[in-house]
Amino acid sequence: MQTQTLTQRLANPTRFMELSALVLPWLWALAGALIAIAMYKVFFIAPADYQQGETVKIMYIHVPAAWLAMMGYGIVALSSFGLLVFRHPLADVSAKAAAPLGAAFTLLALITGSLWGKPMWGTYWVWDARLTSVLVLFFLYMGLIALRNSVEDESAAAKLTAILGLVGVAILPVIKFSVDWWNTLHQPSTGFTQTVDPSMRTPLLISALGFTVLFLAMHMKGMRNEILRRRVKSLTLAAVERAQTSLPEQTSLPEAR
Amino acid sequence: MDLGPHAAFIWAAYGVFIAVLAAVLAWLWLDGKAQERTLAALEARGIKRRTSRPMSQADAGTGS
Repeated sequence: MQTQTLTQRLANPTRFMELSALVLPWLWALAGALIAIAMYKVFFIAPADYQQGETVKIMYIHVPAAWLAMMGYGIVALSSFGLLVFRHPLADVSAKAAAPLGAAFTLLALITGSLWGKPMWGTYWVWDARLTSVLVLFFLYMGLIALRNSVEDESAAAKLTAILGLVGVAILPVIKFSVDWWNTLHQPSTGFTQTVDPSMRTPLLISALGFTVLFLAMHMKGMRNEILRRRVKSLTLAAVERAQTSLPEQTSLPEAR
Repeated sequence: MDLGPHAAFIWAAYGVFIAVLAAVLAWLWLDGKAQERTLAALEARGIKRRTSRPMSQADAGTGS
């Protein structure tokens, strides 16, 4: 009997369903607890910024949303690589589940940034490099979702989407370094929050961690849904085949007129 | 809680954030329930999956 490697065992959708059913409740609970602690610190402990006043509170959701917009695309790209190179059975499931989540967090980064920009910059929107590149990321997510839905053959859709997903990964360094490469209205990098005062850094990091765990839980739930959807599709096809096989025995077709 | 002169922007940002996340969570939950119901209905008709194969690519639907 051939022994399976760890990767092969985890690649089995049935085993993934068993493991994720055990892990998922803990992820939801951990995310909820971390976000609750973060929001308590944000609204009751963290001070107002000396320049921005209380509007700095938007940072605690804007920064995690922007981080998860990029992390979501990282998952799409890695999963696409896993599908095209290793033909990992769960890679396309992962890519498909991550795209709408990444799109949602990109939209949230854009909206919360806009609502932060109006009182601080005097405008909701400016076509600077950081904002524009994040908008391009949102369109890229929309393109991935639209491309997948426009191809009926699921295997072909998976490969085409994976190719676009890998090509689009070039947007990530553009977003990250846009504030260094170009003169932007958006503030420069904080060096992973190192330039943020500890009184604001702690709630920011807890918030980022909490929403990251929430993203992972939603991604796992989305993957479970997708595996179930594919099982439903497979069983529906089996039901149709069975019905077609037994059709001549049960009914007689009407004569052609 | 006094959030200063720009409170409306802060509440709007948090409101949109909560609304979008709630919509995504509801979609995930409802989609999962719908798939589970359909799968159970198919299995109740005696249509079973080929679960005995440990490395089935067909289960994930990515096989070419």
